[in-house]
Amino acid sequence: MNLLTATIVLPLLGVLALAFAPRENTRLIKQIALGTSVLTLIVSLLMLTKYKFGVSGFQLVSSHSWFKFFNINFAIGIDGLALVLILLTTVLVPIVVVGGWNESEGGRWSVKTFYMLILVLESFMVGVFAATDVFLFYVIFEAMLVPVYFLIGGYGRGDRAAAALKFLLYSLFGGLLMLAAVIGIFMVSAHQGAGSFDVTALSHIKISHNTQDWLFLGFFIAFAIKAPLFPFHTWLPGAARSATPGTSILVLGVLDKVGTYGMIRFCLTLFPEATKTFAPYIIVLSLLSIIYGAFLAIGQKDLNSLIAFTSISHFGFIVLGIFALTSQGITGASLYMVNHGFSTAALFLVGGWMIERRKSTQIADFGGLQRITPVMAWLFFIAGMSALALPGLSSFVSEFLVLVGTFTRYPAAAVIGTLGIVLAALYVLLLVQRSLHGPLKEGNEDTHDLVLREKIAIAPVVLALVLLGFYPKPAIHIIDPMTSQVLSQVQVSDPSPLAGK
Amino acid sequence: MFTTPVLDYNLLAPILIVLGGALLGVLVEGFVARVYRARIQITIALLTLAAAFGWVIKIRSHTSQAAAIDSVSIDGGGLFLQGTILALSFVALLFFTQNDHFAPQASALPGSVEESEAARSGVQMTEIYPLVLFAISGMLLFPVAHDLVTLFVALEVLSIPLYIITGLARRRRLLSQEAALKYFLLGAYSSAFFLFGGAFLYGFSGSLSLGVIRTAAANTGSNHVFLLLGVLFISVGLLFKVGAVPFHSWTPDVYQGAPTPVTGFMAACTKVAAFGAMFRIFIVGFGAIQSDWRPVFVAISIVTMMGGAIAAISQRDVKRTLAYSSITHAGFLMAGVIALSKVGLTSMMFYLVAYGFATIGAFGIVTLVRDSTGEVNDLNRWAGLAKKSPGVATAFSLFLLSFGGIPLTAGFIAKFSIFTAAYATGNIAIVVVGVLSSAIALFFYLRVVLIMFFKEPTDDTVTVAVPSFMVGSGITICFVITLVLGVYPNLLFDLANTMTTLVP
Repeated sequence: MNLLTATIVLPLLGVLALAFAPRENTRLIKQIALGTSVLTLIVSLLMLTKYKFGVSGFQLVSSHSWFKFFNINFAIGIDGLALVLILLTTVLVPIVVVGGWNESEGGRWSVKTFYMLILVLESFMVGVFAATDVFLFYVIFEAMLVPVYFLIGGYGRGDRAAAALKFLLYSLFGGLLMLAAVIGIFMVSAHQGAGSFDVTALSHIKISHNTQDWLFLGFFIAFAIKAPLFPFHTWLPGAARSATPGTSILVLGVLDKVGTYGMIRFCLTLFPEATKTFAPYIIVLSLLSIIYGAFLAIGQKDLNSLIAFTSISHFGFIVLGIFALTSQGITGASLYMVNHGFSTAALFLVGGWMIERRKSTQIADFGGLQRITPVMAWLFFIAGMSALALPGLSSFVSEFLVLVGTFTRYPAAAVIGTLGIVLAALYVLLLVQRSLHGPLKEGNEDTHDLVLREKIAIAPVVLALVLLGFYPKPAIHIIDPMTSQVLSQVQVSDPSPLAGK
Repeated sequence: MFTTPVLDYNLLAPILIVLGGALLGVLVEGFVARVYRARIQITIALLTLAAAFGWVIKIRSHTSQAAAIDSVSIDGGGLFLQGTILALSFVALLFFTQNDHFAPQASALPGSVEESEAARSGVQMTEIYPLVLFAISGMLLFPVAHDLVTLFVALEVLSIPLYIITGLARRRRLLSQEAALKYFLLGAYSSAFFLFGGAFLYGFSGSLSLGVIRTAAANTGSNHVFLLLGVLFISVGLLFKVGAVPFHSWTPDVYQGAPTPVTGFMAACTKVAAFGAMFRIFIVGFGAIQSDWRPVFVAISIVTMMGGAIAAISQRDVKRTLAYSSITHAGFLMAGVIALSKVGLTSMMFYLVAYGFATIGAFGIVTLVRDSTGEVNDLNRWAGLAKKSPGVATAFSLFLLSFGGIPLTAGFIAKFSIFTAAYATGNIAIVVVGVLSSAIALFFYLRVVLIMFFKEPTDDTVTVAVPSFMVGSGITICFVITLVLGVYPNLLFDLANTMTTLVP
């Protein structure tokens, strides 16, 4: 079996094993879940040995006929972008399992159901990045919402049912628009010979400008809801407030990347003309996201909402990089997806532990943690610094690339984007100051520092943040061939550097 | 001169078997002691349906225009629909076996002494089985009928038993009888329209046969007022049966009032029969003047999709919600008719199977949620159902997700293929409205899922009955089919695709 297929199937085998595990033995259940996710991680890392670096196009492909009548195939394959996002997924899932070892207890349903949902979600997340058939992508894109719906609604806190429903309705609405576009592009290809859903074949067909515009919007709105981009973001804060830290990491860290991934994979490569038409407007939306998300983050009193709004700001940067249509922009945005995954994971992990200890999500209830829980405080500090893109941490590299890439085509947009960094410093430093420094707040006296399990969970995340910050070259090396291929498909080239004045 | 009609009994056998089973059931009512009747009747009914289904499989590759002179055309499309009706009604009948759905004595006035006596003596209504078989025989004839009189006879044979069994609910009998009366009166009007249309078409073409009408329609000049009037009135009759807006107003009342197993049966099987007939009449009979009726159908499809979805939002009764959802689905199914293509027919047939099994399964589950007085249809009292019975809540959610068209369920494939068929013939407006109405419909499907899974149980009197073997297997069959057709649609889609032949 192809290693990629194995990465998709393994978590499902874990689900099967869990199904037969006794419900009461939660320890065994967690061990099975952890074992499965670590095994999946190993298998996915083995893909690196088979992957040919520096080559564009899909690798490790496999294709099986699924729904013959419409020429739909179970076709999978990876290029650089898909590879790094799949690795992000398989790395984060074991971390979520270890880091949130106890978060599934006290949910509406059993611990067993929780881990079955997590593993189903992992399989879908790998599958959605691996799919090279538009129909298959759509199916997984929609189907993966169901486990998330139950994860938020069953194991979260606060008004979790409403948050879960809102999340699902927004996503499904976007998905339906995309369905219309998927059918549309299939019909266009059918008119030009054999109808196909293969993403490579579809990128070669000719689509009239007008049709491109409509189909582009169908895909783009679905992805903008998912990403989430202003003004389609309103589901995110509620979901982040209600979900458990582990679910939030998977939703914001990985699931939302499907939106920005889809923009590159489908919007850009399938509809190059429409991309050029809409790019300026999308740049404006992304700038609004950057500024708006940052401003709202400054005003948040709830820790989880704050992280959610910083993410909206960061997704603004990613979309900015994509639609700047330059090689630095797209490579930077792709790298940003990975970095944002790790940086959000760090924030939600440490934030989740703080909340678990203090039994409150209000930032005002913390304070002075630096004195009594130095390890936790430092880690939260590092997570915060990666959110504000401190040089030396990975987010800096990607944010810098995005801004450079944007500057060569839209200098004004880059300048406004930089304002986002300034605001980021403001919301992160305010958060750090309020929660970590100052006098010890009442109610925090008994807070204990991180236990070994938690340290193990956070270690790889911090390692990734630092490593990718100092030595991002391997990741860029994987992503670059994809970038040049996308740009050649969109038929744009980098603007020549401005002459020094 | 009078020629003896030639009947091809081999091809008519499925219909005749079901009619025979129904007559046998009537005899059982007359001659068998009351205590044995229920068991014998259900056995006869199920065996009859299985035998008829087997016969349909046996003659699956036959094509004939002259099965009963010129009145019945047996072809791939017709046989597929007959098979669908038989399979659906077999599963639907499994839910009839719980003996407390039907009034012990239908003739006793609600609240009267006779009624309570009948209830106390434990009498069961078993006439329902032959009645259902009669209705099924009409449904089998409807999609294969090739002339207007046969169509009308089939329509009446399928409708009249349904009017009766709608009024037989054991509880809330007044509501049930009111529903039956409404259904009967409106149904009678629509039948009258159908007949009226038939008269115009006869006047136009000089024949009742769809084939002759088609030829006449193709050769007509500019003056075809009578043809158009005929088409108009025939459509009213058919659109009433499928419950399309603006002829839908009976649907919620009848679905709510009828005994729940009957509702499931009616919702699934009547739609198959009526859409089959509609496809045949409009493609075979009126295909030549499609530019006249198609815009009207597009409009009706659009208002049906939107109207059903919007009206469903404010419903608090699970049966009414499902009724409005079935109206929405009628709109989607019309998209298959409008497509006027082979893909359209294939998609419609697949859609009917997917929708039918999910519908029967969903109504089957409604029969299980009860308190001490009977079924609980108030959605608010379904709160926390997943705690009481995770299996039932999961199955119901799957059916709802299939209605909503979530991937990996049969409903998604159905919706996708029917949208593709509509898109292929240029009806992009239908696709766009279909997508919007799906989004609205998802809201109330998901609300039910939310109520079952995420609300705390508020009402301890509501319980989930342990399903009997028959009911349990009925739900399981529907569940498995909904899931398997969603994951591996080739199984049925390829079959449907090879059976799209319609004889002219």
